Amino acid sequence: MMRTLLLASTALIASPAVAQDHSAHQMQEPPAGQANDHSAHTMHQAPVEQAQDHTAHPPQEDQPAESTPHDVHSSHEAQSEAQANPLGQIRATPRAPAQPAQDTMDHAAMGHGPAAQQIPSGPPPARAFEGPQHAADLFFDQQRMAQARSYNHATHGDMKTGTILAERLEAHFADGEEEYAWDITGWYGTALDKFVIKSEGEGAFGGELEEAEVQALWAHAIGPWFDLQAGVRLDIEPDTTAHLAFGAAGLAPYNIHVDGTAFVSDNGDLTARVEAEHDMRLTQKLVLQPRIEFELAAQDIPERDIGAGLYELSIGARLRYEFVPEFAPYVGVEYGAATGRTADIIRARGDDPSGFAVLVGLRTWF
Amino acid sequence: MTIPDFSRRKFLLGSGSLAAAGLAVPAWASGQSLTHARNGFGEMSGEQIDLTIANHHFTTGARSGHAIAVNGTVPGPLVRLREGQNVRLNVTNMLDEDSSIHWHGLLLPFQFDGVPGVSFPGIRPRETFSYEFPVRQSGTYWWHSHSGLQEQAGHYGPIVIDAAEPDPRYDRDMVVLLSEFTARHPHEIARMLAVGEHYFNRQMQTVGDGAMSLEDRLMWGAMRMNPRDISDVTGATYTYLINGHGPADDLQFAFQPGERIRLRIINGSAMTFFNVRIPGVPMTVIAADGQDVDEVEVDEFQIGTAETYDVIVTPPDGSHALVAEAMDRSGLGVASLTSRPGLSATPPPLREIPTLTMADMGMGAMDHGSGDGVDHAAMGHAMPATGEASGAMDHSMRDTSLLPPDVEVGPGIDMVSAMPMERWDFPGLGLDKVSHRVLRYSDLKSKRANPHRMPTRQLEIHLTGNMERYMWSFDGKQFSAVTDAPIRFGFDERVRVKLVNDTMMAHPIHLHGHFFELVNGAGMMNQPLKHTVIVQPGSSATFDLTADEPGDWAFHCHLLYHMHAGMMQTVTVRPFPEGEGA
Repeated sequence: MMRTLLLASTALIASPAVAQDHSAHQMQEPPAGQANDHSAHTMHQAPVEQAQDHTAHPPQEDQPAESTPHDVHSSHEAQSEAQANPLGQIRATPRAPAQPAQDTMDHAAMGHGPAAQQIPSGPPPARAFEGPQHAADLFFDQQRMAQARSYNHATHGDMKTGTILAERLEAHFADGEEEYAWDITGWYGTALDKFVIKSEGEGAFGGELEEAEVQALWAHAIGPWFDLQAGVRLDIEPDTTAHLAFGAAGLAPYNIHVDGTAFVSDNGDLTARVEAEHDMRLTQKLVLQPRIEFELAAQDIPERDIGAGLYELSIGARLRYEFVPEFAPYVGVEYGAATGRTADIIRARGDDPSGFAVLVGLRTWF
Repeated sequence: MTIPDFSRRKFLLGSGSLAAAGLAVPAWASGQSLTHARNGFGEMSGEQIDLTIANHHFTTGARSGHAIAVNGTVPGPLVRLREGQNVRLNVTNMLDEDSSIHWHGLLLPFQFDGVPGVSFPGIRPRETFSYEFPVRQSGTYWWHSHSGLQEQAGHYGPIVIDAAEPDPRYDRDMVVLLSEFTARHPHEIARMLAVGEHYFNRQMQTVGDGAMSLEDRLMWGAMRMNPRDISDVTGATYTYLINGHGPADDLQFAFQPGERIRLRIINGSAMTFFNVRIPGVPMTVIAADGQDVDEVEVDEFQIGTAETYDVIVTPPDGSHALVAEAMDRSGLGVASLTSRPGLSATPPPLREIPTLTMADMGMGAMDHGSGDGVDHAAMGHAMPATGEASGAMDHSMRDTSLLPPDVEVGPGIDMVSAMPMERWDFPGLGLDKVSHRVLRYSDLKSKRANPHRMPTRQLEIHLTGNMERYMWSFDGKQFSAVTDAPIRFGFDERVRVKLVNDTMMAHPIHLHGHFFELVNGAGMMNQPLKHTVIVQPGSSATFDLTADEPGDWAFHCHLLYHMHAGMMQTVTVRPFPEGEGA
């Protein structure tokens, strides 16, 4: 875990980590005495299981008197045989003697019920810890094996990858006003730790850029479906402001994507933003996406005409057609409204604090 | 190299349509340009076999792209051996990266098992590695790369080991090697699985699909699970191959009416379970994973990734479609079994995509879909100790208190099976409601008796994952996080291993170097021997293992991208005599 917290190249870090583990672990770990006790215990227990199996399932079965001692015996034999046999030496005899066995009613073997519960759980026997830590070190160059081993571990899990998703690249049409907006997220990292970049903004076609911001966040998994996100946000418009950002994003029940972040600006203003959206698949290619977004402020921010409380919300629906999943144009509608004291400020200016817009846009990722 | 004389029967390579019968010549002897891999394979046998791994192009139907071919063909050559012989396989790597060959299902000294970082260091570019071992078994197996994602690119091939004693039950045998081809780079597929939610699934449940009740729909939604999560990678990018030939290639297998044909069916795919059938022609299953089983006649069977089945068919005169339908019904591999060369059979249309049920969520008896749940519920064995599972409808699909303490609970686990059942009589997703005879694991009985020994220890291993993050693991720990804590067995120890699937996908779990016995109710002495077992979604599967092959072995899910995402472990069997070896 700690390893993945570092956003540096894990390939470089993983190799020494694994190599060190190799030198330290395993061999001495199990108290041999305890494990021996255990194996002795299981040997004694074996006849009991046999006896109970047979009382429970009277019909037939091969002779407990014979098979039980055999079990015990074969364990001893196995150890001495293994010590005597070089590795790789092959048994001359077939592993299963061909004998007609019709004991298809062997309930002891059915793997459920009493029989299975009587087989003890526990650590492996002491002999399972014998020999070198890595068997292949006996046959091949140990340094090459160590390299291969760390590479093998590193390439089975913890894959680092990334993507860029333009969830919304769109034009708004409302009351003769034509505006554009974007909402882009990219990330790079592992399943558990990611570097996340977000950018969103809007402006008027032929006019000026009204709002633009970039966030750089580190995301760390805090559960199966949610990441904690922390980092910075830089506003470029309407004025240059820096914020600390802290929030959570992920998949809520009923497959609702949620992203909620709180911001503290360099002026000390506390604000928050919550977005939620859900993909409803109408056909394999046609997807309806309802979306809602709230903006909140803990205090008035006069220079941005923001009043404390819920100051803005928008509710929309976008219908996209996935020519391929990576390329999906859409149309949609959105209702946006400033609320509370923010709305009052807008009204006082003579503007309408709310309104509908028709949207045309593109959702694309790679 | 020598080519033994198989006087009793002919072997049909299936390496090209009959219309181009000349293609049966092994690729390495054909002098064809090595830049374009041949579809299909030649055959190699004898005491010494040379294999060369190299980059190529490959084309089937409309898909064309990079491939890794061995001896210039995809699949690579059939390695045909005879029980009791010794073999030396010299494998030369002409790639620019390390490679390897693992002999899947073969009993051999572990240092020749071919897993880089576990059994050997791997084969460097321009290096030749010699695998040398006696052949101790017979049956149908396969080989493939165990390096990175090379297997997806074509680096695999069949193995047939003829028994020391001839089998009079058939006249001729044919290899049927099922796989996929994609023009996408395997690493790009791995990326899409991680970033593009259900990217390859183009058969998602839609709003208007009335097959599921609103209540069920809400329950699935509440769990953030997808009831159509059947296959991670699908026909959206795969062309399904039989012996390297896509449906457009019109592959034909010739036979004479009345001939008894042994089909050696190998699932050599990276990610696909296939439903195999020959409409109108019953199949008699005689072996599973290369090991003989009591004969059972079926009309269809599902074959998990890396499994093999041998069946005998006696097709009537005419042309019959041999169909390998992907489990999610997103495509199929097809060939014609024909007594009239040139006459190809028409494959049946794809059937309706299956939808997961409650049983696949680990809710066992609550399932009203698959009829087999009830039997097991009556046996009452799988109920977790806490007993809270009876509140199945409380939607608590991730009660981590049900997990044993050695499972690492974290973001990598998105579900815990509350009531996992052994579903030996479940024939596979989508085959539980068909009207004809479908093979079930409970049909498999070892033909040769196993020694009767009770296990002295039991072990539970949880198959864990997070679909949304595309994390897969054993006991909540990806292989990358395990570093150095293998699963240990004493040499000759007999252990009952219960695999509990805490995910909604079926996982084909493979243990290298051993055959384990499925505890499938066949009776201890007739438990079928397998090297790979499918653990159904939300279910458990138990096997008895006699760990009698010393050394270090790989143990993993054979879905390539699941293994790549961490569902892998090392198994070590000791003692291991010191001072031995190279």
